Amino acid sequence: MSEIEVRLQSQLGDFELNVDFTAPAQGVTALFGRSGSGKTSVLRAVAGLVRTPQGLVRINDEVWQDEKRFVPTHRRPLGYVFQEASLFPHLSVQRNLEYGMSRVPEQERQIPYHDVVELLGLSELQRRAANSLSGGERQRVAIARALLTSPRLLLMDEPLSALDHGAKQIILPYLESLHDEFAIPSLYVSHDPNEVARLADRMVLMDNGKAIAQGDAANLLTRLDLPLASYDDAASLLVGTVSSHDHTYHLTWVSMHGGRVAIPREDLPVGRRARVQVQARDVSLSIRAHSDTSIINILPARVIDTQDISQTQVLVRLELEDGQTLLSRITRRSAMGMGIREGIPIYAQVKSVALLS
Amino acid sequence: MAFDWQPVWLTLKLAGVTTLLLLIIGTPIAWWLAHTRTWYKQAVAAVVALPLVLPPTVLGFYLLIMLAPDGPVGRLTQTLGLGTLPFTFEGLVFASMLYSLPFVVQPLQNAFEALGPRPVEVAATLRASPWDRFMTVVIPLARPGFLTAAVLSFAHTVGEFGVVLMIGGNIPGETRVLSVAIYDLVETLEYGQAHLLAAGMLAFSFLVLMSVYLVNGRLTRSHQP
Repeated sequence: MSEIEVRLQSQLGDFELNVDFTAPAQGVTALFGRSGSGKTSVLRAVAGLVRTPQGLVRINDEVWQDEKRFVPTHRRPLGYVFQEASLFPHLSVQRNLEYGMSRVPEQERQIPYHDVVELLGLSELQRRAANSLSGGERQRVAIARALLTSPRLLLMDEPLSALDHGAKQIILPYLESLHDEFAIPSLYVSHDPNEVARLADRMVLMDNGKAIAQGDAANLLTRLDLPLASYDDAASLLVGTVSSHDHTYHLTWVSMHGGRVAIPREDLPVGRRARVQVQARDVSLSIRAHSDTSIINILPARVIDTQDISQTQVLVRLELEDGQTLLSRITRRSAMGMGIREGIPIYAQVKSVALLS
Repeated sequence: MAFDWQPVWLTLKLAGVTTLLLLIIGTPIAWWLAHTRTWYKQAVAAVVALPLVLPPTVLGFYLLIMLAPDGPVGRLTQTLGLGTLPFTFEGLVFASMLYSLPFVVQPLQNAFEALGPRPVEVAATLRASPWDRFMTVVIPLARPGFLTAAVLSFAHTVGEFGVVLMIGGNIPGETRVLSVAIYDLVETLEYGQAHLLAAGMLAFSFLVLMSVYLVNGRLTRSHQP
């Protein structure tokens, strides 16, 4: 039973929270939705910071809440990273880091202090006062502070949303490396599709207090029946392996079964798994495989379904030869002209690809 | 005539004991007021604030009736073998606590409310039990509030007069505190002694308030994020 099970029901004024989802107890599961959709409420209930009248919270075989039991927050082995870093202003960075760790019995501490400090780049900051740090530094301390309690579940409530773009870009790689280094299952609340694409393996889609869909992040991001695909920056997530480097033109090739795409040269070992993101608006379609085009990423695919998203544009959902899905946004006029319909084979021309991890 | 230090010591003792007990009793009341959502919260808050507006004589009058041998509290203290409280040091402490209650509860309540729920929640997610959270997060972060409460309570008790006169009378070494002593001195036209005590009190009060403002200003600044 290596899984996280959450069932919650509560009525708060006009707002009804009613969610039911299960996530594997590994990797990152994103709780995704617009603000006010109830994501944070779910996270707070999982942490025991609020008590829903009815609910079940179970991590593997440990029940934190059911009809009979309610384990108070401080007895739940979890780590919580709040939207604002919320460091204790009366303590130094080091004392902040030690606050949770010192309250965990020594034999239960799995994560060495120095590993965390090094991973999050905090060695220089330890002696500083908590309120002398920048926003990004604080959030890194808050993440480290939560990790140092050796949690069995890491809860993160939009940890990047209070940061400016630059600080975000600095912290994202840290968050990605957490995943590889410590293998702590996490629930990650976010309303940013790019963040989800970059960090999450699975996602639970929230709308108006309900979990309306759950599953593989790459799959959910491209489902036409869900609101995500109609976002202006709708994008697909593809997974492949680094196959070769092109030194002449400064490219790195990522191969998938049935095709390959090029990204600007990255210093990655050949054979490494790579996650790439493709914006729907950067994918055009062609009936035949052209070689006389400036686009070098051409992937054979099949049309799964289509949906009009405005009077002029249509979203086409494609399946690649290895079963991964790709979204393309083209004009309705082109779709009509080309006779795009379910089942036809087609070539996807991808103008640009971004490496996520 | 030699200077009589007794009222000074008695006053300091009264203020010290009162402040200590009030901090112990006032903290849970303030915490409750800062967090409860019950409908009678405002009623409790109003009762706590009553000593701010009532003439001390009114408070002293009712206390005297309640603490008297045939009053409700008086009967209770007698049953418990404590005797009666009026015209004793213990009675003065009791009256002073009621009289200075708002000066402790209100700054603490403000401090707790300003703290917000977040630091306590963070501590809970970091495995701290409720008591642990209170001692390691709430008290250090609400320190300016505690300081203000302690100083105001101390100073206010030092300065009380009406309640003391009603409930304590004027027994040397037992209930004859500074303010009463000054009154006495003036009545008997001993202006020299009265001056000494009154001026001392003036200087003391000024220094106390001054240090509160200074310390509070520094603490709040150093805690600004």
